[in-house]
Amino acid sequence: MSLWATVLVASVLALALKYLGYVVPASWLEGERTSRITSALPIALLAALVGVNTFTTGGGGLVLDARAAAVAVALVALALRAPFIIVVVLAAVVAAALRAVGIG
Amino acid sequence: MLRQSLSVAAATGAYGISFGALSVASGLSLLQTQVLSLVLFSGGSQFALVGIMAGGPAGAGAAVATSTLLGARNTLYGLQVSGMLGVRGLRRLAAAHLTIDESTAVCVAQPETRAARLGFWATGAGVFLLWNLMTLVGSVIGNALGDPRRYGLDAAAAAAFAGLLWPRLKSVDALAIACLAAVVAVVLAPHAPAGVPVLVAALAALLAGVWRRAHHDPAPPHHWPEEDVEVAKP
Repeated sequence: MSLWATVLVASVLALALKYLGYVVPASWLEGERTSRITSALPIALLAALVGVNTFTTGGGGLVLDARAAAVAVALVALALRAPFIIVVVLAAVVAAALRAVGIG
Repeated sequence: MLRQSLSVAAATGAYGISFGALSVASGLSLLQTQVLSLVLFSGGSQFALVGIMAGGPAGAGAAVATSTLLGARNTLYGLQVSGMLGVRGLRRLAAAHLTIDESTAVCVAQPETRAARLGFWATGAGVFLLWNLMTLVGSVIGNALGDPRRYGLDAAAAAAFAGLLWPRLKSVDALAIACLAAVVAVVLAPHAPAGVPVLVAALAALLAGVWRRAHHDPAPPHHWPEEDVEVAKP
């Protein structure tokens, strides 16, 4: 497969998968079990994304670096009811500051 | 809520710089890199695709398969948001295109339909614009611009996900699902392709969640009003 073919096939498949979610019967979303699942889904996905974005490298290896400290500070800020934007900026500042002094 | 959309878009869009640089370094042209951000438009899938292609053209099949497997979660997102968005025709195509982690997360976190729709479109369009702009910046300047890690943008993205998750952790069940998903994803990360641990963690947590709630708790309402108000505030 040429580079262009790879790029285009992957792109078309990704779009098709996205569109599929909009055209399957709405009845798939009815019922108590589906309702429970759709309520739990964002919790599980967001938590998994927090874990992966905090503790893994681009290659999938586990690491404890400046991000862990930044996310810990962000969690404290959230517990103190800080606004979303403050939490995000605070995390970036903590990670950048730690790296500037050679930690993480 | 619009501020939330902008924060998520800014934090995520910043990753476009590293994607652009990595993609060009993997042997893709500037135009191929931009087509991925414009058409494929799903960060995890794009990173996986160019990461595997860096190993040579023999990996093309695996690259497409991994990218597509990662994109499968967008189908679930579409199922989840299509009822709230109520779109038809061209608008449905546009909505499908913008269906990603960030737009779905902001959408489902809103208390009522109007805010959910606005949150979806604002986040989806914001991320799309910044992601593509930053992909171009990354491709053109490449590594010369420096490491986005230096500015703590990777930590900002993790904090943004934590910020979206926090208001939902109102019950013991929710906390248990979140902890299980995070642990499973982190433990799996060294042994699975990028993005797959998140999918598997979500499935494992869902099974646990369904079983536990089915046996011990009444079914939760589809929306939790007091949580939704919390989310809408920032």
